[in-house]
Amino acid sequence: MLTRLLSGDFPRSRTLSVVLVAILIALALAPFVFPGTRSLNVAARVAVFVLLVASYDLLLGYTGIVSFAQTMFFGIGGYGVGIAMAKLGSGWGALTVGILVALTLSLAIALAIGLLSLRVRAIFFAMITLAVAAFFQILASQLSGLTGGEDGLTFRLPELLRDRLVSYYVVFGVALVLFLVLLRVVNSPFGRVLLSIRENEFRSEALGYRIVTYRTVANCLAALGATVAGILYAIWLRYTGPDTTLSFNIMIDILLMVVIGGMGTMYGSVLGATIFVVAQNYLQDLMKLASDSLAGVPLLPNLLHPDRWLLWLGVLFILCVYYFPTGIVGKLRARR
Amino acid sequence: MTTQAAAPSTTRVTSSIAVDWIPLALVPALALAALPLVGSAPTWVTLTVAGLAMGMMIFMMASGLTLVFGLMDVMNFAHGIFISVGAYGAATVLTRMTRQMEAGSLASDLSAMIPAVLAAIALAALLGWFFERVLIRPVYGDHLKQILITMGGLIVFEQLIHVVWGPDMIPLPRPGAITGAFILGDAAIERYRVLAVIVGLAVFAAMWQLLNRTKIGLLVRAGVENPEMVESLGYRIKRLFVGVFVAGSGLAGLGGAMWAMYQEQVTAQMGMQVLVVIFIVVIIGGLGSVGGCFVGAMLVGLMANYTGYLAPKLALGSNILLMVLILLWRPRGLYAIGKA
Repeated sequence: MLTRLLSGDFPRSRTLSVVLVAILIALALAPFVFPGTRSLNVAARVAVFVLLVASYDLLLGYTGIVSFAQTMFFGIGGYGVGIAMAKLGSGWGALTVGILVALTLSLAIALAIGLLSLRVRAIFFAMITLAVAAFFQILASQLSGLTGGEDGLTFRLPELLRDRLVSYYVVFGVALVLFLVLLRVVNSPFGRVLLSIRENEFRSEALGYRIVTYRTVANCLAALGATVAGILYAIWLRYTGPDTTLSFNIMIDILLMVVIGGMGTMYGSVLGATIFVVAQNYLQDLMKLASDSLAGVPLLPNLLHPDRWLLWLGVLFILCVYYFPTGIVGKLRARR
Repeated sequence: MTTQAAAPSTTRVTSSIAVDWIPLALVPALALAALPLVGSAPTWVTLTVAGLAMGMMIFMMASGLTLVFGLMDVMNFAHGIFISVGAYGAATVLTRMTRQMEAGSLASDLSAMIPAVLAAIALAALLGWFFERVLIRPVYGDHLKQILITMGGLIVFEQLIHVVWGPDMIPLPRPGAITGAFILGDAAIERYRVLAVIVGLAVFAAMWQLLNRTKIGLLVRAGVENPEMVESLGYRIKRLFVGVFVAGSGLAGLGGAMWAMYQEQVTAQMGMQVLVVIFIVVIIGGLGSVGGCFVGAMLVGLMANYTGYLAPKLALGSNILLMVLILLWRPRGLYAIGKA
């Protein structure tokens, strides 16, 4: 049962298993164990980002291609729901329409980008996705009649989803199921081909696999995953705006989560997202304490200023890429 | 012996010197095509000069990136940080020179601007040296890690900019003598834009001379074509790498300083914002090609200004459209270079 559920891909480290189970229990019981608004927000954010980061890892860790458009698909999901709910009213019909339109649009764009630019080298794909994502971000702020511009859209959900408890469990449940689906994908024969493309493009092609097709499918799956994450996030926040979905900072956050958690390990996305979101919310408090206690020293308080928390995660990121490219998960598995 | 060696190669040299003029012709073609759309000639002149000025600044920022890619096969996603650092360097000097800035004569303005620009170049070049040595050197040949490492460098150094210069935007007043505009007939041409065009052309000419007329340039061009061969002929290509990387960073710093004075403000994110346009330019020009980068920058600058006037909402979209069209025509960019 468990083997089927995890697709035979166990954590393979006692510490990692314990941590993962702890995170799962904490998220499952979050509304009861941590009743505050802030901590429930953190829990929902973790669930959404686990899905977002896991689907990005399919691309970066398993297929070995760098995309900067993950936030664009995240945003399409968010804006799909947001625009549908704000313009078509707050019924289930509008929600369904929004979700379907968002998924179709994401699929179409991912397909187009993939077929156009995945034929050439990985670096080309990275640059093109960066440009397209930037374009999309500007589009969202320009079409303010539709998207609410910089202010974003606040909307009302169907009656049932207005309840915090229900909407939390919708977010958590969908994220959990899709995470298991992604785990299934990477452990399927398809996932093995992706790994072989990552390891040696020419050899996989020589073995008869059409790498453009495989890469494009991976790109589409990652895009769909991100879109669902965006839909969930919009449902949770009841708001969609450029800063919560499309901003380049979120793209950087995703990169940090994938690399620190561990590229090419689905469990890494759970760890990365949890550590990052918790750090984002609580590390700053800690840094404020440190910064205040060093008030007299030159420059040091600035380095430890709560707004500079990204600096330290950035340093950690670079160290991860150099010294443990499989991140925390790889480190834990190696120790066993 | 030298004549013997030179004789068989002459035919090849002349054929490679024959200029591929079609991409070059695109620039005036685009400008002329926009004339009927814009309608009035004075507006068109203003827009064209603005577009060329913007193109020149983009060229300065992008040329280092494309050369570094061509020579070392490194795509530096942190290139934007050199732009920002250059801008901050220039701002630091300029804000301390208010006396010269307010004097109002061209000479005193230049006495403030030249040190500012030099500071920008020096700071960016120094950072570039550090980047090449510490961050990029261990990951040569691995694109995935290069992208990740340079992104990491971008995060860290953007935060360090905040640490050193504070988190707020710095307003940067432009020196008196180069603000304002020339009036040419009915067309108003901003003086600063003329200055930008002059500086840009000078940089391009100097680079062209350096690449095509000196031994270092010969080695760099040979390195772009075939690094192993250059190395086997006894030249230390790694040293060349460092030199090009530092020079490219310095140029980005110069471009950043010019761009900051154009925008009259400095933020840590400005480099990253321009980087998207720079990538478009580098892709349009053909990865690694300096000439292509120049033509691409002009096209993008003109396009951005024309559409900015005709349909402001489509400015960046038009550049992406331009990129797609050019890639459909020439999939590897205007001037494709050896590999890629």
